Amino acid sequence: MSMENLINKYFRPGRLPHIWCPGCGNGVITGCIVKAIDKLALEKDNVAVISGIGCSSRASGYLDFNTVHSAHGRALPVATGVKLADPSLKVLVVTGDGDATAIGGNHLIHAARRNIDMTVVLFNNSIYGMTGGQYSPLTPQGSKATTAPYATIEPAFDITELAKAAGATFVARATTFHAQILTDLIAKGIQHKGFSLIEAVSGCPISFGRQNKMGGPADMMKWQRDHGVMLAAWNKMTDEQKAGKFPIGVLHEDNSRKEYTEAYDELIARAQGGNK
Amino acid sequence: MSLKIITERCKGCGICAAFCPKQVLALSEIEKIEAVHEENCIKCGQCELRCPDYAIFVEK
Ligand SMILES: Cc1ncc(C[n+]2csc(CCOP(=O)(O)OP(=O)(O)O)c2C)c(N)n1
Ligand code: SF4
Ligand SMILES: [Mg+2]
Repeated sequence: MSMENLINKYFRPGRLPHIWCPGCGNGVITGCIVKAIDKLALEKDNVAVISGIGCSSRASGYLDFNTVHSAHGRALPVATGVKLADPSLKVLVVTGDGDATAIGGNHLIHAARRNIDMTVVLFNNSIYGMTGGQYSPLTPQGSKATTAPYATIEPAFDITELAKAAGATFVARATTFHAQILTDLIAKGIQHKGFSLIEAVSGCPISFGRQNKMGGPADMMKWQRDHGVMLAAWNKMTDEQKAGKFPIGVLHEDNSRKEYTEAYDELIARAQGGNK
Repeated sequence: MSLKIITERCKGCGICAAFCPKQVLALSEIEKIEAVHEENCIKCGQCELRCPDYAIFVEK
């Protein structure tokens, strides 16, 4: 299907143009989400998209699936409820770096720990975009933010490592420059039975780029091209070569752990069957 | 005509123009994208792939 038809099919086209700033990466990632859903030929009614609060979380309002635009940091608890109420739904969570790792950080580690079947697309623009550029737990150390006029002194999480350590069974990363790869990874994450997290590195030219003199929107995309390295190449690099760069691709996959709603169904069967 | 531009959606970010390998695109006076050399378009799809606003499509 052509991209124009994909937009007409999976978006609420009457809501366009969207509110995102000129050159914001959020539109690219949201486009990749619908391309992934189309690739898997999912029924629209069988998909639920739950978001938190932030520029990125506005994506749910543009998409024509079952959608909930929830509260800041709380997309994962809402998504957990949706998934448990109807485990046949394909549940996607749209969240920002602040939403997922600051106010919602606790929910993230516990959803990962439970290995509940859902796909988190984490729009990582390294900043609180919506509220004007405060630093988040994913803002690279040494970056300027409105809350760090002399640059941040704290190290950032590597959210892919954190998700893996917490128990996520599919973890991947791409960027808005690597849009085709991002689409593939989102599709793989949806297909994976268990908790999937895809970090989508995105440019926020307004609230992050300007403060950090990263140039315009196209320059920010070129920065992604020059700093994101395919995993196979990354594995051959020396520590010196890796400095400042990051790997993209499937970073972790584990199909050995039981998925949460499956375990819950077994529990229900056990309780209802009266088995001791 | 291989390019379809939805001007009302374009915010003039310039990403498509920067990634077009054939310099087909440029911003107009009012900062909307225009095909200034459509005859050079090779339909590579870079503009459509990268547009964050779903404002440009390549018709194959
Ligand atoms: C409980 C609560 N606290 C704070 C806010 C203010 N707030 C709105 S969005 C946001 C941060 C958004 O950052 P991120 O999740 O990275 O999303 P982005 O805007 O960058 O896409 C904050 C702190 C809020 N809406 N609700
Ligand atoms: S503030 Fe940043 S993240 Fe928010 S819409 Fe603008 S560019 Fe995008
Ligand atoms: Mg953010």
